[in-house]
This record gives sequence, C-alpha cells and structure tokens, in this order.
Amino acid sequence: MRAEVSAAGATTRIDGPLLFLKRTLDVGLNTAVAVRGADGRERIGRVAAVSEQQLVVEVLESTTGLGLADTTVVARGEPLTVAVGPGLLGRVFDSIGRPLDGGPPIAARERRRVDGGVINPATRALPRDFIETGITTIDLMNSLVRGQKLPIFSGGGLPHDRLVTEIALRARLRAADAGRFAVVFAGIGISHDTATAFQSALADSDALARTAMFLNLADEPSSQRLLTPRVALTAAEYLAFDEGHHVLVVMTDMTNYCEALREVSASHGEVPSRKGYPGYLYSDLAGIYERAGCIHGRPGTVTQLPVLTMPADDIGHPIPDLTGYITEGQIVLDRELDRRGLYPPVKVLPSLSRLMSAGTGRDYTDPDHPALANQLFAAYARAVRLRVLSSVMGAEGLGPVEQAFLAFGDRFERDVVAQDGHRTLEDSMAAGWRALAGLPLEELTRLSPAQIAAHLPGGPHGAA
Amino acid sequence: MSRARLTAAAGPVIRARADGAFHVHEALAVGPQRLLGEVIQLDGDELVAQVYEDTTGLVPGAAVVGTGLPLSVRLGPGLLGHIFDGLLRPLGGAAAGTARAFEPTARVGDELRPGQAFGSVEVDGRREPCVVPPPGGGVLVELATAGTYGERERLGTLRTAAGERVALTMAGDWPVRRPRPVARRLPPVGPLITGQRILDTLFPVARGGRAALPGGFGTGKTILQEALAKWCDADVIVYVGCGERGNEMAEVLDEFPRLEDPRTGRPLLERAVIIANTSNMPVAAREASIYTAVTVAEYFRDQGRHVALLADSTSRWAEALREVSGRLGELPGEAGYPAYLSARLAEFYERAARVETLAGAEGSLTIIGAISPPAGDFSEPVTLHTRRYVRSFWALDPERARARFYPAIHPLQSYSEDAPRLAAWWQAHGNSDWGRHRERLLELLERQARLERMARIVGREALPPEQQLALTLADVVNEALLRQSSFSVVDRYCSPERQSAMVRLVVDFIERAERAVAQGVAPAAVAALRTLTHLKRVGEAHGEGHLDDIADLGRRLESELHALEPDHAG
Repeated sequence: MRAEVSAAGATTRIDGPLLFLKRTLDVGLNTAVAVRGADGRERIGRVAAVSEQQLVVEVLESTTGLGLADTTVVARGEPLTVAVGPGLLGRVFDSIGRPLDGGPPIAARERRRVDGGVINPATRALPRDFIETGITTIDLMNSLVRGQKLPIFSGGGLPHDRLVTEIALRARLRAADAGRFAVVFAGIGISHDTATAFQSALADSDALARTAMFLNLADEPSSQRLLTPRVALTAAEYLAFDEGHHVLVVMTDMTNYCEALREVSASHGEVPSRKGYPGYLYSDLAGIYERAGCIHGRPGTVTQLPVLTMPADDIGHPIPDLTGYITEGQIVLDRELDRRGLYPPVKVLPSLSRLMSAGTGRDYTDPDHPALANQLFAAYARAVRLRVLSSVMGAEGLGPVEQAFLAFGDRFERDVVAQDGHRTLEDSMAAGWRALAGLPLEELTRLSPAQIAAHLPGGPHGAA
Repeated sequence: MSRARLTAAAGPVIRARADGAFHVHEALAVGPQRLLGEVIQLDGDELVAQVYEDTTGLVPGAAVVGTGLPLSVRLGPGLLGHIFDGLLRPLGGAAAGTARAFEPTARVGDELRPGQAFGSVEVDGRREPCVVPPPGGGVLVELATAGTYGERERLGTLRTAAGERVALTMAGDWPVRRPRPVARRLPPVGPLITGQRILDTLFPVARGGRAALPGGFGTGKTILQEALAKWCDADVIVYVGCGERGNEMAEVLDEFPRLEDPRTGRPLLERAVIIANTSNMPVAAREASIYTAVTVAEYFRDQGRHVALLADSTSRWAEALREVSGRLGELPGEAGYPAYLSARLAEFYERAARVETLAGAEGSLTIIGAISPPAGDFSEPVTLHTRRYVRSFWALDPERARARFYPAIHPLQSYSEDAPRLAAWWQAHGNSDWGRHRERLLELLERQARLERMARIVGREALPPEQQLALTLADVVNEALLRQSSFSVVDRYCSPERQSAMVRLVVDFIERAERAVAQGVAPAAVAALRTLTHLKRVGEAHGEGHLDDIADLGRRLESELHALEPDHAG
C-alpha cells in the first residue's frame, strides 16, 4: 500500500454525495479516500474523476456536517477494499464490513478490492449441480444450479422475504459429497423489520452459524448502498474460493441499489438514459451479477439469489429488464396468485431458469424431469390461453379437450404451485404427474410414449 | 511515435494534451501500465480517447504514447479452437507458444495472391495455412525451409508487379475498423443451412447474407445462436459474446469440444473462434469486440472459406457506444444513442457478403446478430435500424417462449428476403417443390392467426369445417415442423434431406386432409386420427438416416385418412 496523502481545506464545492476538490493530491482514478469533517467522523469515498485542476470524490456515506474549510481528505493509495479472513460466518456487518453485532473485528487475513476481479470466462466451470430449494416451482419447473444467478422479481407487499428466507434455511445439495454450505445475506436499503425477521428466522433454525450478514438499512445513506452488494460478494468469494464453501448470496432489494445509483449519477450531472437511470446501469449491474459462478480448480461456488421489487409490477421497467438480460433466468411473483392466497405466488410462465438443462435430467436429477417440466409448461400455457377464451364466451362454449385443460390449469395452481411445507424433488415430480393425469394422453406431445406409460394411468394411446 | 500527457480521466474516457501528431482511431498506450486505448476525437492539441482496460489508478500527467497505427489485431494460425477477449488477446487455453513448425507448400517462382498459402504450420496437432496478406500479391522470390519459426519471423519474400518486396510472416496485423479487400462481391445463391427447420424452410438466410435475431430476455436468443454455431454448415464459425454472460461462454467451451460437426465428424471447437467480452469486462472493449470478430471472420473468408459470424448481442455493443458517447458529452439522438448508431450498424452488416477473393476463390461471410430490445419492444432504435440493413429477420416471440415452444420464432413477424433466390438451390437438393411448400405453410400459419381471432369471438365449433380443419393443420405444422428442441440429441440438427422429407410429409397430409374434408369428412375426425400424435412428434421420433420411417408414417396417415372418407367409413 502506498503512503497516505491528505488534503485539508481543498474542498471547493459539496453537492449531494459529491465533493469537488482542488487537485492538491496526486491520486489516481478510483482511489479510496477517507473524508473527515469538523465532527471528526470518518466517511468512506472514492475518486470518481480527475483532471489537472480538480478531483471529484464520491462520498459513500452521509455528507451531512461537512464544510468547505474544515474537511480533510485522506487518500489511501489503493482502491476500496474490505478485510476478509476466518470468522466471517455467524457475524453481522454494516455495508462496509464493520461489525454491527458488538463483536470484535474479524481476523483479517487480507484486504480485497470490493469490485472483485473479472472471472476469466475460460476459467469458469459450467454450473451443473442441482440445488434443491424445497419449492416446487423452482425445483421442478425452473431449477436452480450451483453457480447460477437467479433473481426473484417481486413487487411491494409480496412475500419475497418469506420465500428467500425459506430457501436460505432449507436449500441443500442432493449429492452425498455435498460439501459445506454457507449463506451471505446482503440487505440493501431494507427496513429494520426485514433485517430482524431474517436474523431471528436463522437463529431459530441454528443456521445463523453458517451465515454472514451485511446490512444497509433503509434509513442509512443511499450512496452507501452502492457498496453493500460489492462488500457482501467480496466476502462470499472469499468463503467460496478460499474456504471452499458453497455460498448462496441473498441480495435484497436490488431496486434500492438501482435507485441509489440513479441518485448518485444525477448528482454527477450525467446524461440520463431510460427513466433517468444512467446509461451504464447494465454494465454496473453486470459487475455485480457476474460475480456468481464456479471456477475450475477452486473448491467452492457462488450462487446468487437477488430479490428486486418491480416498480408498479412492471417487468419492462429498466431494473427488471436489464437484470433479466444479465441473470440466468428469473422467478416472477404474481400479485393475483398472492391475492388468491396461494403461496408461493410464483407466476410460472414468465419464470425461467436458463441453466435448467445443464443441471437436470439423467446424471443430475431424474431422467424424466426435463420432459415433465416441459409438458407442464406447455399444458399450463394452453390452460391460461383458454381462460381468456372462456372469460369471453363462457366455459360451456369450449369442447371437452379444452375443458380438460381448463381444469388442469386450476389443479396445477392449487396442487403444484401452492405448497404447505418443504417438498423434495420427488414430491414435486409426483405432484406434477398427478396434475397431468386427467388430460387426454394424445395431447401430451412433450412426453414420449414410454414416459406416458410409466407415469400416467391409461398407457400410450389408451384413453380418449 | 507521438506523446501526450493525461489531463483528465473519468470512467473509460480520458483526455490528454498532445505533443505531436495523433490520428483518429490510432491505438495508444496509456499510463505506466500501458493500457490499450484508441483516439476518438482531436481538438487542437487536446485528444480524447477511450481506454479498453480498467482505468483505476490513472493520474493526470501520466504518459500517453501513440503507436502510429490504427487499432489492429494479429491474424494468423492458432485462432481456431480458442477463446479470446474483445481485442483478440487469448483468454487461456490458447495454442502454446508462438514458435511453430513451418513447412513450405509453395515454391520460389510461384505467383501468389492474397489469401493463398505459401506454407503451413502445426497448431494443436492440425495443420493451418500461412497465407499471403492483402492487399497485393506477387512472385515468391524467397521461402524458408521447413523448421521452427517465431510468429514475426520472415518466412519468405514476394516481389510485387511494381517491384516492391513484401515480407511474408505467419501472422500479420490488420486494423479492425477497415474491411479487408476482395476482388468483387457476388450475389448470394445458396442457403446457409442451419439445421433448424423453421429457418431453413420458412426464413432462410443465404451464404453471405445478413440476419437479425431480436428477442426480449428469456425468448431463447442465446440458445438459438448456439444452435446455429453448432449445426450451421459454415466452414468456420466466429462466435462473439458481446456483453453477455460468463457462464454462457463457459457452456460453449464445455460443449463444443465434445460435439461433432455432422459434416466432418471433427470436434466442433476446431472450426470455431470464440471472442468473449462478457458484461463485466470494460465497456470500451465491448465496442471493439464486434469489429475484432468481423475482421477475424474476413481473414478466413479471404482463404476461400464460408464463414458465419454470430454476434450476441449487438444491443450491448450499441449500449457501449451510447455509454462512451454519453461520457464524451455528445448530443444524444433517439433513446440516448448517438446519432451515428445507424451508420455504424450499416458499416458492420455491410461486411457480410459472398465474394470472389483476391486469389479468385469463392468465400462468404454471413452475419447473424442477436438484438436484446429493452422490454422486448421492437420499435426501439437498435432493432429499427438493424432491420434496415438485414435481409432475414427472425423475431422471437415471448408467448411461444413461455409455453417452452422453441425455437420461439414468430412465423408472422419474421421474414426472409433471400427466400426467392434460394428456391433453385433446394430444387437441386432434394425438394423440387420447396417454393410451393413454403408458401403453403406460411399461408396456413397466416390463416391460423386470423381464424383464432375469429374463434375467440364465435367459438371454434361455430367455424365452417374447412376453417376448423385449418386450425388443426396449423397446429400440426407448429408441432411437427416448427418446434425443434436444441437439447434433443435426435432432433437438434435436421439435415436438408430430412427436412425435405418432413415438409413433404406435412404438406401432403395437409392437402389430403383438405380434400377429405371437402368431401364431407368431419374436421373433428381428422383431429382425432390416431397417428396424428405420432406426426406431431415426428422430429423427435425419426432422426437422421431414418427417412424410410418418415415415408412409412406418410403411408399410414394416408390410409387412415382414406378410411374416413364416405365410401369407406361404412
């Protein structure tokens, strides 16, 4: 690390989270700085732009109380880093890695850049191992595999917190040599209630010891939110690639992150793109989501389960839209299913797992798993189309085959989508086959005759 | 070499005060780490440049050195079968070392033209040619003997007609933004066979053609691009992942070595060059990666090969343009994109062509670009402008994708301007009725859309018999021909022969069924034929080399239909 250099009283302008300084320090772009005001409190920031006369510092904490004359800026001579080392698990930190639980600072083995390195695509190993979450709509229909990034697209008031908590508690690998499992929870601009609820759910199930939490609460400065996921992921990478854990990173709520990014971008005076978000929102989000993965020759993996709330439930809004282009699928929650009391209210048709084919089927789960999921999708899509039709002309106007599909649609939502407790993959598949029974067999074109004979009453070309 | 001093830096854009002459698009070495950059604006003694690497740590006053050359990539043996970043730097697993075993294949005194080989070298156990670089050829006056040489060593000398001496090396540099010269462009005559029925039969792309593949997220762009990379009948595939997922690149690297090229039996990776600029790599390099890819593709085209360039996704490239443009403070055009977006897209797609190379051989470069329109809205600038320059448009449909109907290409929103001139090829290759079959299928799908709207209002049962039948038949076309799983070992590739057999099977069935219904057979009886389920799964049931089974299925359908007709129904 280079020697620290400091500038006192060079500040010429303070605008929101930005500090404009006369360039009395010889520091490079992206260098971490500590900003100290008259109150003596140290705030973390980074150099966002340099020119011959001027330095622009982005303060990642509140700038309240900073003045022009009495502000000191100390440059660290390196980019922002966070300490990692043994003892991360079981602890609660703030968004820059300072303990919040009253415990001592962790035994830092080294400091790592919070931006992380870019994983060379040639060194990535293909995510293959199925993770059983206990949720049928995920396990059976949109399977999660180790090293994947699978966001949950939710809306305000939907039970996404309950869903991710259950997954964090119950997710398991099916292989015998499953290895060590760990959870990193990044709370980005979340309420105290959410944070406490998650913590107490973990404590009740003894899962706290394998969890590290990084919290940025709703009443903390929004610019700090830009750091929370990065710090949490740096810790997750250490846990995975150095200590060999299989880490599930839950990040909630990414919408708060994007709002913070928009706020900071606006204060920089940058040309806005869609809905006022900066043009680099895609690249910025990719810098976070792409940190999931498996690496050849490294023991652990990083799997991401980000949660975002779609503004106005609009999946075309830039936040879910750009996220969907980066992540490997999405699980969409639906207000209508929720209103009808179905839990989990997963809207199956727009949900997707892109890595499903890599981690399911022969050698991974069950040879008939992909075909069953495929058939359920096709049949349910048809049922949903027919619902529109029957709402116009009444169910009586439909033929017997159509009626059978309508009934299947209801059965599917009631018995496959909704569930009371944990289901193994076998339970989920059994529920799927049960729902399909009752459809005319010749309509099941996604299944082979052998699969129909093995799992459905009536055999091939039987009924009808 | 000109020098400059850095005056300002923010994100990937830097400004510097020049002390000497710089040129637009000149490559630069920036700062103590000699980061690669490129000049984009000159204003008096100030230059503005984009930097292709992480700019962390740059300080005003840092040295900026011009290379005197435009941004270039080194083209030569060792590209095939490997993965590179957006500036063609190997990303691991690259052919070891640059010294290779050379063997001369030409003789002193031979007249050689650009793209012709003067020798070959061994790479990964295969032999790859060393070729004469453009623009000029000449008489070979000197040639090295067999032995091991470095990439930059002189292996021979040409004397041009003008008397100039040109040094021959294994690999040479070429500026990425400058198209490589050809003798002339030729009109497209044959299709690029993709092995995907919906494309080859309904919306074909010609060798040397240009196709765009727009679709919102989750509609299957990448899976389709990968399927094209695997099974299309090009000699060389250049696959550029531009701002896309790292895991997708891992998938390509995992899968391609294990898959066999159905035509040569060799691993697919041996014919592929993979260029990966994943979404978390520096944004400016993403802008360059598309040009890098097309330059590599032209290098192989100039050797008289048929090349397919698959770009996923051109929207990320356009966004990189927008991001850099925003940082330059340029006046934004539509949706914040710079006003030159359209011109850049045109430049890129125009590099596709079937050509006569400078050596007189035939080569082609087909460009297939994926587009990721925000919110799946095809009226956004990148899709709109791309549409003006491509001849095949394959629109992905979210509704089909949600029902897991892949490839989710919408048959009514898609089109192919190349189709009329490809009919002759199909006539010569197994389907003399290709043009008529194609029109028949398209017309049926068009009618389906119309009738479904009507059925929604009056109910399906209220439609006249021939319209009810049309709905059943359109369903057969969708299920039997258009649906094709990329994950099915049997059906992921469909040869022209099998496609012809399947199309003939389906069209014959359509025509017979229509005749039967015209003679009074109830459409519901046709829909209830026992063999219809089998017909809908025909692609999955009868793979390559089982054309007899398909013909057999046709005979069974025919006799079942025959049994329904009034004089047989009893």
